[in-house]
Amino acid sequence: MEQYTEKIREIAKRLLKECAVDMVIGFRKGTLPMMSEPHFARTPEEVDKLVWDSHCGINLANYLTDRKEKIAVVAKGCDSRNIVTHILENKIKREQLTIIGVPCLGMVDKRKIADSVEGEVLAVTEENDQIRVKSTGGEKNFDKAEVLQENCAICIHRNPVISDEMIADPVEELKDVDRYADVRKIEEMNPEDSWAFFDDLFKECIRCYACRNACPLCYCPTCFVDEAKPQWVGKSQDPIDIRTFHFLRAYHCAGRCTDCGACQRACPVGINMRLLTKKLEKDCKELYDWEAGLTLDSRPPLDFYRPDDPGDFIK
Amino acid sequence: MEYMGIEPGRLQFSWISSAESTKFVDVATQVTEAIKALGPNQRFVKKEAKVA
Repeated sequence: MEQYTEKIREIAKRLLKECAVDMVIGFRKGTLPMMSEPHFARTPEEVDKLVWDSHCGINLANYLTDRKEKIAVVAKGCDSRNIVTHILENKIKREQLTIIGVPCLGMVDKRKIADSVEGEVLAVTEENDQIRVKSTGGEKNFDKAEVLQENCAICIHRNPVISDEMIADPVEELKDVDRYADVRKIEEMNPEDSWAFFDDLFKECIRCYACRNACPLCYCPTCFVDEAKPQWVGKSQDPIDIRTFHFLRAYHCAGRCTDCGACQRACPVGINMRLLTKKLEKDCKELYDWEAGLTLDSRPPLDFYRPDDPGDFIK
Repeated sequence: MEYMGIEPGRLQFSWISSAESTKFVDVATQVTEAIKALGPNQRFVKKEAKVA
């Protein structure tokens, strides 16, 4: 990780000195442990704050929407796929971007760690595959593999799909991963059970919209939940309104979601709304053989008609 | 929708041209029968406004 940080700083400094870009977007240490936050370096001096660790789970593609300047952006696998999606959706031009690719070994789940140590987490350091956590209750070591975010543990695109500079050699991709075990389990439920399952899943939701704000796909100037004329969705915490919000948000991400996990990570109450987006991801894979953000050369299935598009559901 | 717990058959799609009046009648009849068999919808119904 140290080498990653050094290399990112080196590249960022060079790009800014050469005036090749106006800004470098990366990560800096957050004010709390395990909360690395976005950093926008505009001068070579600001570069020294850039870091890379196992807490850089925020999706930086989120900060590229409609930018006009030339930007260098640090991108792990999922970020790079969302950048591709951004370019396809005309939210930024490829020429504006210098993509600093980071082969990613997964981000750790801050909630898992906080739940399995005593007291409050004070500091988290890492060495190779070990995560050392210092808390008010003592010290504890974790294998990184045990505390990965759920989406990282089943990630099959760890290496950036596009990049201008790579900071390290590509890492080995995971093979034979069953990405949809949890989705299949819900598909097999009868309607009563799955209705109850989602009721239970969303019961803690406070509709803070952190999931939406963290999502690089949710860039509409006015979100459908904020619209008042017409008001599409009730604004209350009625279970039906909550469900409608999550359901529709997931649909807006159909064929675009890269399962970066930013939504789940941002959620203050730990709701796994990825169960909805992943179902749509699975459908897109099965119906259109499509995975979002892998290439700039073809249009996403939902904005392109092909004569052999499946249509069995239409009578 | 079915993934979320809507009964299979509650949600139906069809494509009918403005020239296909008989198909429209057929589909409308079939859908009505299918939905009547399922009974009144219980899902996505707000019973009463909840005040937070």
